[in-house]
Amino acid sequence: MPLLELFLTFLKIGAVSFGGGYAMIPLVTDEVIAHGWLTAEEILNFIAVSESTPGPIAINMATFVGASQGGILGAMLATLGVVLPSFVIILIIASVIKGLLKFAGVKAFLNGLRPVVVGLIVGTAITMFLSVILSLNTVYEQVTFDWKALVIFFVAAITHFVYKKITNKNVSPILLIIISALLGMLFYGVL
Amino acid sequence: MKKLKTLFALFFAMFKIGLFTFGGGYAMIAIIERELVERKKWIEHEEFLDVIAIAESTPGPLAINAATYIGYKIGGVLGSVFATLGVVLPSFTIIYLISLVFDKFLSLVWVQYAFRGIQACVAFLILSAGFKMLKKLKKNIFNVVFITLTIGCLVGFSLFAIDFSSIFYILIGGVVGLTVYLIGYIKSKKSKTVIDTRQESEKANGGEE
Repeated sequence: MPLLELFLTFLKIGAVSFGGGYAMIPLVTDEVIAHGWLTAEEILNFIAVSESTPGPIAINMATFVGASQGGILGAMLATLGVVLPSFVIILIIASVIKGLLKFAGVKAFLNGLRPVVVGLIVGTAITMFLSVILSLNTVYEQVTFDWKALVIFFVAAITHFVYKKITNKNVSPILLIIISALLGMLFYGVL
Repeated sequence: MKKLKTLFALFFAMFKIGLFTFGGGYAMIAIIERELVERKKWIEHEEFLDVIAIAESTPGPLAINAATYIGYKIGGVLGSVFATLGVVLPSFTIIYLISLVFDKFLSLVWVQYAFRGIQACVAFLILSAGFKMLKKLKKNIFNVVFITLTIGCLVGFSLFAIDFSSIFYILIGGVVGLTVYLIGYIKSKKSKTVIDTRQESEKANGGEE
């Protein structure tokens, strides 16, 4: 039952996706790769699409993975799955137990998972960096250094910091994506 | 009839928010506030801040959480359904349409070059999001140990192709947090009862003398 599997997987992801947008990425990446639904590279490509289209990244990813596996029905089920846990929890908080988050035990649980979520995001970024720059996915594979990717990585970083320094605002991810897309065409297509 | 009108108003307000918020989560807060607090006055500013705090501590995207909560306040359970549907529908439609042509799009050779560049950028975007959250976190031993362990395990496991879902990391983190709290709680209770009994015995001794 691939459709049921889609629904249940995204239900699981929806239930533990504390910490918003980016915290979702490690969860989706793990589950989607483990199921063989998409490759790591396809996920990276899609994150860029997700950043450049409106709406929460979680919804975008669920819809995309669902559609790739089960068409429109798959997209609906995956999206329903990822939304349902937060919908039910918020409904419970809004209607019955307003003070749910004030219980010391709930607070302790949240305090415990918060550093883990941050660690997961940074860890995922590191594995992505190794994969993109060195083609290093596992130690059993050949390492090849891609200096072009490293240059693009640093251009994105420098643009981010310079923009922040000058305007005191965060640069839009879309702008960084456009710049790196142009550099990608230049480096891999022309040079 | 009036109820139906409210439901559609909710739906369209959320649809607009879903359609025009790029970059997810935090970018949405300002837009939701302008639309629902200032313009529609569906919810007080104070309560809106509570909603954000709740949304941050519950699983799921911030926009969905806020939509569900505000929808419930305005129109009950049906209101929350309409509001949530409204905020989800734009991204659902757009991404579904993209998914139909994405593979063909990616098969163009220049698009592949572009995406090789974009992949490096995405690695940076995620790293910078992680560091931003890292800066906000309190620097105590518990947090430092947990972050280091999580990063080490995640990178190590993935390099050695060991399958371990991120879901477990999160649950383990939560359970350890809860356990540490409970141990502290029991200890403080014990020491309190020790003090209590000591005081009582002192009192009793004093009474004898």
